Amino acid sequence: MNKEKLNKDLFVPAKKGDDKSEEIYRPSLSYWQDAWLRLRKNAGAIFGIITLILIGFLSLAGPHFNEYGLDDQDLGHSRLPPRIQGLEEISWLGLNGTKSEMFEGATVEEAEEKALARWTQKDFEYITFDVKDEGNGSKDSARVEGVFEIYQYKDMSDTYYWFGTDTLGRDLFTRVWIGTQISLLIALVAAAIDMLIGVAYGGISAYYGGRVDNIMQRIIEILIGIPNLVVVILMIMILDPGIMSIIIALTITGWTGMARIVRGQVLKLKNQEFVLASRTLGSSNSRILTKHLIPNTLGMIIINTMFTIPSAIFFEAFLSFIGLGLQSPDASLGTLINDGFKSLQINPHIMIFPAIVISLIMIGFNILADGLRDALDPKMRE
Amino acid sequence: MARYILQRLGYMVLTLFLIATFSFFLMKMLPGSPLSAEQKVSEAQREIILDKYGLNDPVPVQYVRYIGNLMQGDLGVSFQLKNQPVTDILLSRIPISAQLGLYALLIGTVLGMLLGLIAAIRNNSWVDYSANIISVIGISIPSFIFAGLMQYYVGVKLGLLPIAFWGTWQQAIMPTIALAIFPMAIGARFMRTEMIEVLGSDFIVTARAKGLNNTGILFKHGLRNALIPLVTVMGPMAVSLMTGTLVIEQIFSIPGIGEQFVQSVMRDDFSIIMGTTLFFAFFFVLIILIVDILYGIIDPRIRLAGGKD
Repeated sequence: MNKEKLNKDLFVPAKKGDDKSEEIYRPSLSYWQDAWLRLRKNAGAIFGIITLILIGFLSLAGPHFNEYGLDDQDLGHSRLPPRIQGLEEISWLGLNGTKSEMFEGATVEEAEEKALARWTQKDFEYITFDVKDEGNGSKDSARVEGVFEIYQYKDMSDTYYWFGTDTLGRDLFTRVWIGTQISLLIALVAAAIDMLIGVAYGGISAYYGGRVDNIMQRIIEILIGIPNLVVVILMIMILDPGIMSIIIALTITGWTGMARIVRGQVLKLKNQEFVLASRTLGSSNSRILTKHLIPNTLGMIIINTMFTIPSAIFFEAFLSFIGLGLQSPDASLGTLINDGFKSLQINPHIMIFPAIVISLIMIGFNILADGLRDALDPKMRE
Repeated sequence: MARYILQRLGYMVLTLFLIATFSFFLMKMLPGSPLSAEQKVSEAQREIILDKYGLNDPVPVQYVRYIGNLMQGDLGVSFQLKNQPVTDILLSRIPISAQLGLYALLIGTVLGMLLGLIAAIRNNSWVDYSANIISVIGISIPSFIFAGLMQYYVGVKLGLLPIAFWGTWQQAIMPTIALAIFPMAIGARFMRTEMIEVLGSDFIVTARAKGLNNTGILFKHGLRNALIPLVTVMGPMAVSLMTGTLVIEQIFSIPGIGEQFVQSVMRDDFSIIMGTTLFFAFFFVLIILIVDILYGIIDPRIRLAGGKD
């Protein structure tokens, strides 16, 4: 091998103080700042937040947008289709205040008579027809789509019910947003109670351990075996129907999931060095729990609560749907959907608006919860 | 293992006993009575009916009799349905619900897995995003809204499928779809996460290095390992099916156990309510037990003794 003579200049000692490899370039971020950065990058979660803020705002402000009240009945105005200023020209939206239905008969005339019997019983002045099938004289062979301008017929050209009216002539726009308020209230309160009981139960059970933990866990094991659904229905049956009883029924077994998660986290944390250090410095049990263990579990608690809220909204709607919800004139999204379902075939608008709102709320909470899980749970990080 | 299963069975019996007790006393606290709707019943007739069913006895006596009958598989008789034994009513209705639930579960999971699989293979493409959107929507929107809208648009507006009752395969389509959406969404989401994780692991790289073709890798190595934690989603799926049957059967007038339960709740027919409650609880506890046992069999790392994780 050709031994090259190495230049001595190559071996100059590095200057002290020049080394920047240890320097921290980026600002140090707290857990929450970091989580927020991650959440902000998640388009779905941002969409969820915006949707929820919008719905929250509308649920508070919406009932004041027009002069109709929650329980203002006007039987002459019942079952009016939705009509919104400015959107009347866009026919496929179905917000132009007309009713349309398909009529069948042996001949076109017979089908048109049926439309007359359904709507005005008098004349065809506000009814227009679109003949789909001339028919051949046999039964129900002719098909005619009738469009009825009910607002003009009732001489209410200047009246606008944005979401239409229900079977008793109450304004659905007002009722939908008040119902949203109530549904959100029930869900948020139920989730908050679940959280409080669950955190306390799980925290105490894990922290004290031993016999306390054993007994508390046996109780939970039995409670978890009871299907939530059944307990909720049975509780609702014996309580007076109302917001409070729905909340009680939802929380009576709802906290067990939270208790298990908190227990698991606290068990993991309580033997770590920082807890030992705090104990050595003389902290009391309650101080260690509230200052060290619970804050470190907070991420998990928030994630779980965010998943509890949509499930509470679902349960409330479910109970209302099988007839165990709030009693009229109070409205929740569930009772509105239930009312709408009863007349879905003739007046679909009564069900569709609350159904859209509840779906948006559920989607909003679910994707926000997913985003928060990705942002807050260190295990989910890539 | 045997000891663990025995212990769990013990818990199961205890849970069921507590639920029976709980539902019994709740029903005693019920404000209404199955007789309250019958206006034609005179005071004397009422007494006779109450005597016949032993409802005039003190509550503890009734309770002991109820538990005693329960041990022998006797759930009492219905108040509304002409003295039919609750056991008979349940037995005639369970198969229908089971059939519906099974269809929904099979179709939902198979479709969901496929969706999740495709999403995982085409990770971060438009296929993946649309699969994600589908599963978020499926998890979020309540099944009764799907059912109602489907009934209106497919059944009434388009007239493609019958809108109610049970018997022919056409009648089964809409309720099955409505019920299958949640399992599908959960399955898709689960499959995607698992599959992405598995496809990134070392043994997949090894398999590729060995020169296996893509299908072989995907199905022999990927899918098999991704399927193992499937049991984790069985619990939520079972619950969703139970909740679903209550409303879906109601919407489509299917004579299953869920519809019976809702009807009985409306009529305060408490013997059926107690019987159905017990059945639901039994089903639920059984699923939890199966899931826990499967965990141990599939993944020995999970300590069955439990409690000290």
